[in-house]
Amino acid sequence: MSSGVSATVRFTVNERPQSVTAHPLRRLLDVLREDLHLTGTKEGCGEGECGACAVLLDGEVVNSCLVPILHAQDAKIVTIEGLAHNDKARLLQEAFIQCGGAQCGICTPGMVVASWSLLERNPLPTDDDLRSALSGNLCRCTGYTRIFDAIKSASGKLSQAAAE
Amino acid sequence: MRSYLPRFELRGPSELDEALDLIAANPGEWKPFAGGTDLMVSLEQGKLGHRKFVSVTQIAELRGVEVASSHVLIGALATYSQLKRNSVLQDEFPLLCQAASETGSIANQNRGTIGGNIANASPAADSPPALLVYDAELELASKRGARCIPYWRFHTGYKQMDLAPDEIISHIRLPRRDKQWRQYYRKVGTRRAQAISKVCFAGVAKLVDGRVRDIRIALGSVAPTVLRCVKTEELLLGSASPSRVKEAQEQLAAEMSPVDDFRSNAKYRSHVAQNLLAEFLLQL
Repeated sequence: MSSGVSATVRFTVNERPQSVTAHPLRRLLDVLREDLHLTGTKEGCGEGECGACAVLLDGEVVNSCLVPILHAQDAKIVTIEGLAHNDKARLLQEAFIQCGGAQCGICTPGMVVASWSLLERNPLPTDDDLRSALSGNLCRCTGYTRIFDAIKSASGKLSQAAAE
Repeated sequence: MRSYLPRFELRGPSELDEALDLIAANPGEWKPFAGGTDLMVSLEQGKLGHRKFVSVTQIAELRGVEVASSHVLIGALATYSQLKRNSVLQDEFPLLCQAASETGSIANQNRGTIGGNIANASPAADSPPALLVYDAELELASKRGARCIPYWRFHTGYKQMDLAPDEIISHIRLPRRDKQWRQYYRKVGTRRAQAISKVCFAGVAKLVDGRVRDIRIALGSVAPTVLRCVKTEELLLGSASPSRVKEAQEQLAAEMSPVDDFRSNAKYRSHVAQNLLAEFLLQL
């Protein structure tokens, strides 16, 4: 099953069971994009600085460029593709489009994953909460204001929907 | 340039004994690998000097935070996120929680571990100054048995540690204290998230009748290792707060050996560290 240079790792991605045999240090990012063809997750810096490759691992945001595939054993991974069919997450993604929170698009999957994770824990984040939660996600286009607008708009709509 | 993966090995035992067997078999051949937030970066940059790693993340006894009457025992695999959310740590060791919440980004706090941070031995790490002022002790595990050493003795030089090749850091022990300690922590860097600090300061002091009865001061990024400033502490013992600020600043400057590098320069680091000391003392 596992030697130092090859491991068979079982985990779920967007609720589908997966089994991958790979070098144990192969990046989760590469397994997602190249082996599983889930190319929604982007590579930015490859050094854990920019957050473009953010996915959820057991419910927590991680940079998939820094996760060796061995560490995905038994994990539940959710990628941007997994948020596409979630009604509430779709509302967040529509808010990104309406507010101009997505421009070139490279940071967007990571931004959506990180802000989704924030809203799951904290449905009505303050500006400080937003800045802190997204501090590891870099965007070179929007200047961030429109991204924050999008998340606040989604937060309002989601809490309104929850109240009804 | 990216590293060529087949040259590297990563194994993932689920039992501590198995991991200790592996690192003891041929001491120095296998090194521990925890959250990967430093090692994966070096691997990506082609700068990972070592080839064989044993992942310790599956080992249950290295996880969690355990609260006993006299101390809090932190598993080496505790992540920054787990530290900053722990209510006992928030209440009694707030500087550690603050350091954890100002390290990297949320994604890195979710993966990076306190044990990995200590073993990476960066003089610019943000949690070690907090561990130093809390008189932390490290529990080290090996096939030869466990040993416990005061954290202030652990870093012996730049990236040098009192850690044998067959040992791993298993736990961090924080002695619990009464609540009379005043506490202060401040990290100075280009931005709060991600940026590695230019200077990081942790201080705790206990005052009785307006005089300093006990004090701990520790700094990051101003010496080859994180630095406990014992001489400055001695100078301040017994003094009325906030007198002797100027003298203490001079002593602090003499204890540090900051360097010029791409992140900052020695003069700035020394100046900022002295200002942080003044801010700490004036708040007592």
